[in-house]
Amino acid sequence: MEWLSLEQWSPYAVGVGIGLLSCVAFLLSDKPIGCSTAFSRTSGMIEILFRGQKVGEKAYYKKFAPSIDWEWMLVLGIFIGAFISARLSGDLRTEWVPAKWSATFGDSVFLRWVVSLIGGTVIGIGARWAGGCTSGHGISGTLQLAVSSWLAVICFFIGGIATALFIFHVV
Amino acid sequence: MFRALHAKQNVQLTIGLMIGVFFGFLLQKGGVTKYDVIMGQLLLTDFTVVKVMLTAIVTGKIGVHLLKSLGRAELHPKPGSFGSTVIGGLLFGIGFGLLGYCPGTMAGAVGQGSLDALFGGIVGLLIGVGLFSEFYPILEKKILSKGDFGDLTFPRLFKMNHWFLIIPLAAGIIALLVWIEISGL
Repeated sequence: MEWLSLEQWSPYAVGVGIGLLSCVAFLLSDKPIGCSTAFSRTSGMIEILFRGQKVGEKAYYKKFAPSIDWEWMLVLGIFIGAFISARLSGDLRTEWVPAKWSATFGDSVFLRWVVSLIGGTVIGIGARWAGGCTSGHGISGTLQLAVSSWLAVICFFIGGIATALFIFHVV
Repeated sequence: MFRALHAKQNVQLTIGLMIGVFFGFLLQKGGVTKYDVIMGQLLLTDFTVVKVMLTAIVTGKIGVHLLKSLGRAELHPKPGSFGSTVIGGLLFGIGFGLLGYCPGTMAGAVGQGSLDALFGGIVGLLIGVGLFSEFYPILEKKILSKGDFGDLTFPRLFKMNHWFLIIPLAAGIIALLVWIEISGL
């Protein structure tokens, strides 16, 4: 069972595994793997805590009810699965500033926090605007040969590469 | 199709959790829950993310369409429009480049201990989706519906049998991956 404690597996083995997992999701749950609606539902649940049940009347929450569903459990599972993997390989450690970031921008926790907060906000808006993320469009949608998903994933990478090159080489 | 199984809500929640656990485990083992690996991809110096995604697409594409041919699965392609898919996709990309995680890999990054993913990424993401739901009615009317093409798939667009697309596309992706390996990327 030594392979379970390896820090990194071949990307091709991981890719085949994720592809097979997509098939299992279609077979057993009639659902494509996706992650971003779980965050919409959570955001709705938090809003209900502060503003009461009338939040559920908002048009968007009529489409994606603020409650725990299959995809919400999937995202919780990702957290648990990554924790188990990192725990087994000794890769589990708390870290505020990743190495690649600190090599260019220094080790200020505050700067990394502010940029990741802005990045998170923009990615949240973008994911729901485009109707999916790197999982829902990038893997599950492309494998179904959906036009929307191929277009979305191309735009994800155009935006991502342009932004990364800009902040690392221009700023 | 396992319709009876699909209708069992609590069993479905457990299956969702289990699939998530395997997914998160694989993502972390692939290194793609790491900021350095994801940014390496966006800076075009490390092609791990592309290798994982393209291999998953080839495997899943063949597998899911086989299940469909056997009557065991139905497709659920997402609808899209130029106003929603292109603008949303580019916004997503900008956030992706700033954050260095996407929604799924971010949950995995939190599991491995990345605090920027937890206090920056997750908090920001919840703010972002909250803002989107607030402005959804006006965005829907003004932008999201522009250039709507529905849940179109390439086999329907080109009016051809899906296997005539899947096999050449799979061959093309494998050739691209071989080329990436040969180039040492």
